[in-house]
Amino acid sequence: MERIYLDNNATTILDPRVKEAMEPFWCQLYGNPNSLHTFGTEVHPYMRLAFDRLYAGIHARDADDILITGCATESNNTVLQSVWYDLIRTGKRSEIVTTQVEHPAVSNTCRFLETMGAKVIYLPVNAAGIVDAQILKRHIHPDRTALVSIMWANNETGLIFPVKELATLCRENGILFHTDAVQAVGKVPVDVQDAPVDFLSFSGHKFHGPKGVGALYVRKGLKITPLLHGGEQMGGRRGGTVNVAFLVGMGLAMELAVESLPHEQTEVRRLRDRLEDALLSVEGVAVIGSREDRTPNTILTSVKGVEGEAMIWDLNRQGVAASTGSACASESLEPNPTFVAMCLDSELAHTGVRLSLSRFTTGAEIDEAIAAIRSSVARLRTISPSAVS
Amino acid sequence: MAKSDLIGGTLWESYSGKVNDRMLHPRHLGEITAADAAKLGARLVVADWGAEVCGDAIRAFWAVQDGKILDAKFKTFGCGTAIASSDMMCEMIIGKTVDEAMKITNIDVERALRDVDDTASIPPQKMHCSVMAYDVIRKAVSEYKGVDMDSLEEEQIVCQCARVSLRTVKDVIRVNDLRTVEDITRYTKAGAFCKSCIRPGGHESRKLYLVDILAETRAEMERAAEKSGQQKSFAALGLLQKHSAVEKVLDEKVRPNLLKDGGNLEVIDMKDADGFTDVYIKYLGACKGCPSASVGTLDYIEGFLKSDLDPKIRVLPI
Repeated sequence: MERIYLDNNATTILDPRVKEAMEPFWCQLYGNPNSLHTFGTEVHPYMRLAFDRLYAGIHARDADDILITGCATESNNTVLQSVWYDLIRTGKRSEIVTTQVEHPAVSNTCRFLETMGAKVIYLPVNAAGIVDAQILKRHIHPDRTALVSIMWANNETGLIFPVKELATLCRENGILFHTDAVQAVGKVPVDVQDAPVDFLSFSGHKFHGPKGVGALYVRKGLKITPLLHGGEQMGGRRGGTVNVAFLVGMGLAMELAVESLPHEQTEVRRLRDRLEDALLSVEGVAVIGSREDRTPNTILTSVKGVEGEAMIWDLNRQGVAASTGSACASESLEPNPTFVAMCLDSELAHTGVRLSLSRFTTGAEIDEAIAAIRSSVARLRTISPSAVS
Repeated sequence: MAKSDLIGGTLWESYSGKVNDRMLHPRHLGEITAADAAKLGARLVVADWGAEVCGDAIRAFWAVQDGKILDAKFKTFGCGTAIASSDMMCEMIIGKTVDEAMKITNIDVERALRDVDDTASIPPQKMHCSVMAYDVIRKAVSEYKGVDMDSLEEEQIVCQCARVSLRTVKDVIRVNDLRTVEDITRYTKAGAFCKSCIRPGGHESRKLYLVDILAETRAEMERAAEKSGQQKSFAALGLLQKHSAVEKVLDEKVRPNLLKDGGNLEVIDMKDADGFTDVYIKYLGACKGCPSASVGTLDYIEGFLKSDLDPKIRVLPI
């Protein structure tokens, strides 16, 4: 059975060109870049090229830093724990402002910092599923707020947050602004000059790069207390030998993703919309958020009368990989926080199924997925007591 | 945490073959209409349990004739585990009386879904889905009998998944001197499955939580220990008070037995020495010259004083 992968917000296939670019760094160019001999120095040009690609990809200036980390979770932890260490622990500021719909990499780190004495404000989203500048304005204060951390795009809904307005508001008030851009890089343009963010996290494997490598953008002149103390790598801001192969891979993946942005906006969006139209033609099916406000690859759908995990189990049986924010599949039966924060009918919170495409998704795959989804919905509705006839 | 916890996403791989089969091909899915029941000469019982807003809802249809379940069907809004458990539940109750059906628990349903005897059919965090099947049986019985559902439960249940009662949890804490919820889980399996009963904020909200029961029971135990501690702080007493404590034990527990044999003893002196309290005694009556006076009887006397007052008491006959 040919399987169809529609879970690209979880991870993506490695672009074969990226795989090829990483190949020399296992057995030939394996030197430690911090060594003085030629084994070490000969990898520098490749690293420089990778950094150039990453800097260009998000429009960072040479005076800014892009620290290479192990994952976006590490990037998020670095910013949040550094702010706690430098500003909150010392009593200079007291609060972190974030949202109720952040990824656990941010929200659970905030919960940890609460145990260390930080005050954290979790902002609700509005009916459109985002936090806008009006909401944020009411909750920040130049004397108290140490950091605002708001995602660029939501992993469940794909909804894009107005990061430019939010970051500008913080800049005007002298407050640091961080964004977790994991779901934005490679799907929508990300420009740290246009949107004046201070810190930005991203992860290689979300845009067809390797897993196990991420990055943290730090605007020029900002203090960061390392999460990982150690050697002088990353200018002493992140210890640990750089995984050169992964850095090279992520660099190329970034360049390819940025090149593909027009393709995301046209082809990927067109396939996404075709899938979405087909879903909406089924009675009792809803999609969260308007198409224009979402990353072009994401659909969060709710099928009335069909529990989310039962749905993805049935889709998996037919070779279609999707994911669910449905509580039954996770440790907690609490409804998906994104759904709850959006004030949606809580019945929907148990019916959510996320379908996420990539530039590798084909039209034929979408057609097959549509047939599979129709079949699963029909079958599971015969089981449900509240089936739509 | 252990090696097996370091790789995620084994939820579906933990389902048994029978669970997978019934998720895909449930045998008892559907409805029984009033006409179907009438054809069987049976009474139709329809019971709803759960709600879609909570993520799980099940509707059971029973055709009951003279207390016997002739047919059972279900519909469910829930994950695959809920579908498979509901289906197995129907299969297990068909042909049984209503009272027999009520004795079937979610644990029986889970067992029946196993492929191999010693391997669970569903992963721990899915156990609560099988509880639905048990709850709907009780709901149907209460509908059939026209009684309140709570009246069907004999004991207050803390952990629905493992069916552990409040009494069992309290007993196991007391008897084994348990200090953590993990210990309670190890002894009783309570809290090992969906974990809702451990503390607020889990899958479902509960009336009773293990953390609270543990804290309460420990507090009760401490109060009790404090009470007996007041009687037992023998070592801290002065010699005069030690003497009256010793006399009290001798009067209550030792002398009556010695007197039965025509003997007795008196305390001549008491000294604190080397961290011990030495009690010098003189045997009287038949005890004087009794062969066991320096062996068995002595151990007998010392035993009472040690257990009731302080293990560091030595009895020395003169």
